[in-house]
Amino acid sequence: MFTEEKKNSQIFQDSNHLSPTSELEVSELIKEAYKKKFPIDIHGSNSKKFIGYNVQTAKSLDFSSLSGVIEYLPEELYIKVKPGTLIKDIENILEKNNQELSFEPTDFGYLKDGKSNKGTAGGCVSCNFAGSRRFKVGSVRDFILGFRGVNGKGDIIKSGGTVVKNVTGYDLSKLVSGSFGTLVALTEVTLKISAKKPSQNTIIIYEKDPKIISDLFNMVLSSSNEISGAVFVPDEPKSKKFTPNKSKAFKLNDLDQEGAFFAFRIEGDQNSIKERIKDISNEMDLKNYKTSNLDIYQSDLFWKSINSLQLFSETKNNLLRAVVPPSKSEKMMSFLKNKYRYFIDWSGALFWIEVPGDQNIKEVKNTIIQNDGYVTIIKKSEDFEFTEKLFTIDDTKLMISKKIKKSFDPRGLLNPGKMYKDF
Amino acid sequence: MSEIALPSVDSTIVSKKDLIVNNLKQFTDKKNVLSELDEIRPYETDALAAYKNLPLAVVLPENTQEVSEILKFCHKENIKVIPRGAGTGLSGGALPLNDAILLGLGKFNKILDIDFDNKCVVTQPGVTNLSITHAVKHKGYYYAPDPSSQLACSIGGNVAENSGGVHSLKYGTTTNNILGVEMVMMDGTICRIGGKTLDQEGYDLLGLICGSEGLLGVITEVTVKILKNPQTVKAALIGFPTIEDGGNCVTDIISNGITPAGMEIMDKALIDATEKFVHAGYPMDAEVLMIVELDGTKSEVEELFKQIKQIAEKNKSNSFKLSKNEKERLGFWSGRKAAFPACGAMAPDYYCMDGTIPRGKLSEILKEISRLSKKYNLGVANGFHAGDGNLHPLILFDGSNKEELRRTEEFGAEILKACVRMGGALSGEHGIGIEKRELMCEAFNDNDIQQQINIKMSLDEKNLLNPGKVYPILRKCAEEGRVHVHRGEEKFPDLPRF
Repeated sequence: MFTEEKKNSQIFQDSNHLSPTSELEVSELIKEAYKKKFPIDIHGSNSKKFIGYNVQTAKSLDFSSLSGVIEYLPEELYIKVKPGTLIKDIENILEKNNQELSFEPTDFGYLKDGKSNKGTAGGCVSCNFAGSRRFKVGSVRDFILGFRGVNGKGDIIKSGGTVVKNVTGYDLSKLVSGSFGTLVALTEVTLKISAKKPSQNTIIIYEKDPKIISDLFNMVLSSSNEISGAVFVPDEPKSKKFTPNKSKAFKLNDLDQEGAFFAFRIEGDQNSIKERIKDISNEMDLKNYKTSNLDIYQSDLFWKSINSLQLFSETKNNLLRAVVPPSKSEKMMSFLKNKYRYFIDWSGALFWIEVPGDQNIKEVKNTIIQNDGYVTIIKKSEDFEFTEKLFTIDDTKLMISKKIKKSFDPRGLLNPGKMYKDF
Repeated sequence: MSEIALPSVDSTIVSKKDLIVNNLKQFTDKKNVLSELDEIRPYETDALAAYKNLPLAVVLPENTQEVSEILKFCHKENIKVIPRGAGTGLSGGALPLNDAILLGLGKFNKILDIDFDNKCVVTQPGVTNLSITHAVKHKGYYYAPDPSSQLACSIGGNVAENSGGVHSLKYGTTTNNILGVEMVMMDGTICRIGGKTLDQEGYDLLGLICGSEGLLGVITEVTVKILKNPQTVKAALIGFPTIEDGGNCVTDIISNGITPAGMEIMDKALIDATEKFVHAGYPMDAEVLMIVELDGTKSEVEELFKQIKQIAEKNKSNSFKLSKNEKERLGFWSGRKAAFPACGAMAPDYYCMDGTIPRGKLSEILKEISRLSKKYNLGVANGFHAGDGNLHPLILFDGSNKEELRRTEEFGAEILKACVRMGGALSGEHGIGIEKRELMCEAFNDNDIQQQINIKMSLDEKNLLNPGKVYPILRKCAEEGRVHVHRGEEKFPDLPRF
C-alpha cells in the first residue's frame, strides 16, 4: 500500500495528463492533488468538454482508461459500469437483451464535429442531459441507482446501491448527476435499465401556428395514450447566418422536407400502437391536418436525429438549452419567430435555440427567464463574450451550492470554475 | 417505551423554557405555541410508537415567513428543531427531544394552485397525499406515489422520506414525481428549488432534499407532477405452491420486459390473516399470493396478462384470477390494504419492517426471515412490493412484554442486515430515522457517512435541525462536525463510534 502511494505520488509529480486505471489510483492521485493544492480537470472522452467554462489546471485526470462493465443483471434491470465505459458500448450490450437506457442520452457529437459521440457513462451522469422521453420517464438522474467516486480530499465514497427503492441517507446519486465533475470523480455508476419497446411509430403533423402547436403539446401531455416523445421543428431562418441543415437532419422517405412540422412518437407492440393512434387521431382531430406516418425504421432514425441535435450539426453559432414550463411554449415561439433556428422537445418544455454570434444572447435569456424557465449556454461561438453566465442560478441556490461543493471538495480542486466562476 | 441514545439534553435551553416560549409567541399567533404538558403530549411520538419523548414546546406556524423567523431565532439561540408533518412516519424521524422545539406543519394545509396546463399542483406541505389526487380527479388526473398511509400522511413528509407505494414500480417514488419545493434553511433563509420546469438549474438540490428526513431544511411548499389516469387498469390474483415459485415468477415477469403498475406478494401467514379479516376471496391453498396490476391501453393490458399467465404457469402457479371489473379489482387489493390491521388482530402489537433486496433474492430472504422467526420465537407475516424488491415483514409481538420487544427489535435488525448482505438497502420507503440509525454502518463505511455528515454540517453548521436522526450518534461528529482519521488512526480510538 505504502509503495503504491509512493508510486502514484511520483506519477502525479511527473505527469500532467493522468490516466488512472483503478479507483484506488484515482484516490491516491486526488490525495496528492489535495496535499499539494493542485486543481484538476476531470474528464472522460471529451465529448462534452466544450460545455461550461474551460477549466484551467496544470493537471488533468482522464477517465477513459477506467472503463468496462462491472456487473450486468438484465433480470434485475441494472448495469454497473466504470465511468470511462462508452455509452455506445453500453447500448450495444443492452440491445442484445432487448433493453435500453430509456432516458435517451443526448449525443453532442454532431454539434462538435458532425459525428455521433455519446461519450462515456461518467460524462453522461455528470452532465445529466436526457432526451425526448424526459417528460414521460425522467432524466438521467432518475436512472442512477448508485455510484462510487472520489471526493476532493481523495476519499472513496459511495451512495445508493442497485435497488430502485432506497432511502438510506441523502440521495447523493441525484446530487452528483449534473454536477459536471465538480463534486466527485466518479469511479463506478449503476444505471437502471428498461425493456425496449418492440415497435414504434411517429406521426408527423405539418403545422406551424404557435397556438396550434402549443395546444398539440398540451394534448400530448394530457393524453392517456403514453406518447413517448413530442417535438416541433419550425422552418429554418432564411438568414445566411445559419447553414441549412433541416433537410439533411430529417432526410426520411415519409417526411416532407418543406415547412415546419410537429411530431410525436408511440411505442409498444403493433396492436397497441394501432389502437392508440386511432384514439389520438380523435383526440387531436388529425383529419384536419396534413399528416404522415413514420414506420419503425424511419421513426428510430428521426428520434436519433432529434436526440443528437443534428439540426445544429457543426454550427459555429451559440447554442442555448432552455427549460420552460410547457404552458409557456406559445409565448416562446412567438418571441423566437424566424429570427433564430430552434426546435422544441419534451412536449413543449425544452427549447434548443441557435443564436448567431453577433446577436444578443441577453434578449433570448431574459425572455426565457421571464417565462419562468432557465437557460444553459451549451455551445459558444468564437466571438462569445463571457459577460453572459453559462449556467443561470439565483443567489440563494448559489450560496447553498457553494457550501455543498465545499463539503465534497474543501480546497476547490475538482473541475474548478466549470459551472460557476467563483467555485 | 424502548430505549435509544439521543443527543445529550442542553440543560441551559431547558432552563430557559419560559423565555423561549414567550419569544416564539412573537413570531406566530400565541395560540400556535404549545407548552403545557397536556398540549404537547400528543406530539411525543410519531407512528413508531415504541419511542416517546416530550419536546420543550410545540410551535405550529401558519406561513413561510413565520417558519423563517422561528428558525432564525432558534439558530441564533442554539435551540434544536424537530420538523413534523402528519406524524405518520414509521422510523421515528419526528421523535422530539426534551430541549428541542417541535415544528409542526399541520397548518400548512392548503392546495395553492392546480395547474392543468403544466400538469402540476402547488401545495402546502401539510396537505395529505390523497387530497392531491382528490383535487384533480374530476379531470381524470392523479398523483402517482401512493404510500399505504396516503389518507393521512402529508406531502411534506412524503418529500422528507421519499415515500413510494404500490405503484412506484412503474411510476417511481416521490423524488421522480416532484418538480419543486420551497424550503427554509436552519438559519431562516428561504429557498425555492425547481418550479414548474422538468429539470432545474445547477446541482440537483431537489434530489438532495427528497429523502433527507428533515435534516437539511423545512419544506414549506411542494410542486408535484400529476398524471392522466390510464385507460385500462386490471389486476390478477395468482397463487403459488411454494415461495420459490412465486419469487421466480416475479423475476421472470420483469425479465420478459413487462413493467406492471404494481406487483405485490403476500405469504401464507398474511393471506390467512387478511382473508379472515376482509374475506377478499384469496386462494387458501396458496403458500404465496401475487397481485399483479397492469395499466395502459385495453389491448396492451390483455396481451400482457396473457403473457403473465403463461409465465405464472411455467412457475407452477396453482390459481390465476383476472379482475372482471373495477369492483373486483378493488376487492383484490382490499386484502393487501388491510394487511396491517389484520395483523393487529393476530397479536397485541406488530412491528413493520422496511428493507429492499434485489428481486432475485426474494425466496432467499423469505427463508431467512422464516429461520429468524424460529430463532426469536416470534411470528411474522410478510407483504412485499415484490416488483421493486421492497419488503415489509410484520413481526408479531406483545409490547407489554419488555423482553419480547427487545427480541422483536433484534429480529428486525437481523432482517435488515440480511437485506444489505443480499445487495439491498436498509430502507425502501420508511427512512432511517432513529429506528435504523445504528444500522447505517452495515451499509456504509466511515468515509460514506462522513461525506453525508459534511453535507449536513455545511447547511446546518450547528447541527440543530432534527439532530440524532439518520446517522449513528457519532459524538465527535456532532461536536466537531468532522472526524479526523490519520493513517487509519482516529483521534480518540477508544470512543465508541456507532
